[in-house]
Amino acid sequence: MWQWFYKLGSPKYFYDMTSGLLPWLYTITFFLLIVGVVWGLMFAPPDYQMGDNYRIIYIHVPAASLALGAYAMMAAMAAMHLIWKIKMADIVAKVIAPVGGMFCAVALFTGSFWGKPTWGTYWIWDARITSTLILLFIYMGVAALRNAYDSTSAGAKAAAVLTLVGVVNLPIIRYSVDWWNTLHQSASNLSLRAVGANPPEIWIPAFFMGFALLGLFLIAIILRARNEILVREKRTLWVQDLLQNEIEQSREPSHHA
Amino acid sequence: MSRSRFSLGVTACLLAGLQRELLLAVRSPGNTINPLMFFVIAISLFPLGGGADTVFLSSIAPGVIWVTALLAVMLSMESLFRSDFEDGSLEQLLLSPQPLYFQILAKVFGHWLVTGLPLVLLSPLLGLLLALPAQAYLPLMLGLLLGTPTLNLIGAIGMALTVGLSRSGLLLAVLVLPLSIPVLVFGAGVVNAALNGLPMAGLLAVLGAMLALALSLAPLAIGAALRISVN
Repeated sequence: MWQWFYKLGSPKYFYDMTSGLLPWLYTITFFLLIVGVVWGLMFAPPDYQMGDNYRIIYIHVPAASLALGAYAMMAAMAAMHLIWKIKMADIVAKVIAPVGGMFCAVALFTGSFWGKPTWGTYWIWDARITSTLILLFIYMGVAALRNAYDSTSAGAKAAAVLTLVGVVNLPIIRYSVDWWNTLHQSASNLSLRAVGANPPEIWIPAFFMGFALLGLFLIAIILRARNEILVREKRTLWVQDLLQNEIEQSREPSHHA
Repeated sequence: MSRSRFSLGVTACLLAGLQRELLLAVRSPGNTINPLMFFVIAISLFPLGGGADTVFLSSIAPGVIWVTALLAVMLSMESLFRSDFEDGSLEQLLLSPQPLYFQILAKVFGHWLVTGLPLVLLSPLLGLLLALPAQAYLPLMLGLLLGTPTLNLIGAIGMALTVGLSRSGLLLAVLVLPLSIPVLVFGAGVVNAALNGLPMAGLLAVLGAMLALALSLAPLAIGAALRISVN
């Protein structure tokens, strides 16, 4: 178990392992996505109050939870990079920032398009919306700080410190926004937390979509991480061998023709 | 052995750091006065842009004063580490045998004494300009007294992360403003509670708790960030 963990810290092992993993991940995600989308959009019954509008939750809810989960993952990677100086942890932390920020943006956009027909407005300063917006700001800050550094290693450490500061701060932000919100407007029960209250025809496709978006998230992370590995390790022998093979393979068909 | 001759106790180290900060502030008064001028000028723009109706002004006053104070604190951060970074004294600070935690605490506290405290003292005057009722002056000052040191500590994390970069002003804002939101929410909340006759002790206690948390954790993050920036 630990050996596997140590191996994963090596960029070359990560690259080789994900080469085998990606086809499986593509297949499973594609299957989940098809089932979830078709079932959720075509066969799940319309809600008695919201009609067909509610169907956006099939993307909105998984995107919002992934946006939060991605931050936790980024923070774990940042801590691993600072403590054990694992190169691979920093590569993953780097590629999570834009992907997590994108999931925040997806959650905000889908939420506002759900809000227009349901609440009559694209935007209200609801506690959840506000804290998702702030999470997006923090993702952007982490990415901006890393980009501002010319040195990769200094930028990595600076981004890691900021990520960890954010971990301490995020619960406080969440709490303060909740408090601020109850002060400014009466609490409205807008959440769809009560999964059990909905019939299974509605929430089973939601599970499919949840795992499908998790798959999409992992695919995005892995592809970006592989790209980053190739850039950072471009001077090593194994990357040069790999690229040499790729070039030769791409030449072969034209050679035969 | 020669090392012990030069090493000071924690109290002496705090006092020496504080003395240095205050001396620097006296010798370059611009660093102290500019954030205050920004505070006054920025607040005077709100009546000009939004209308001088006193009911409107007093309704936005808590938020405007707190947001402007937050921006003034952030703009004052530049003078906290920048010149020390450029002349090499930051490296000496990191190399010295005294615990970095207390040196950073002394530095940030000294900076707050010359930039944050004047802001607190000036705030009732700005409340007057924005037609804030007199009963809100004391809550405003108490909130700022507890809140501005926290803002200074958070800002110092951002400044320490960006001091090695050539143009860092806007980046500092992007990093620090989202992290400062809780202080803003509760700080303005204190004034609003006072205006509506609600109890405010709990809100002040939350501001105090955030200050205690920032005092205990922020110097660690600032130290880690300074080590990255100086290398």
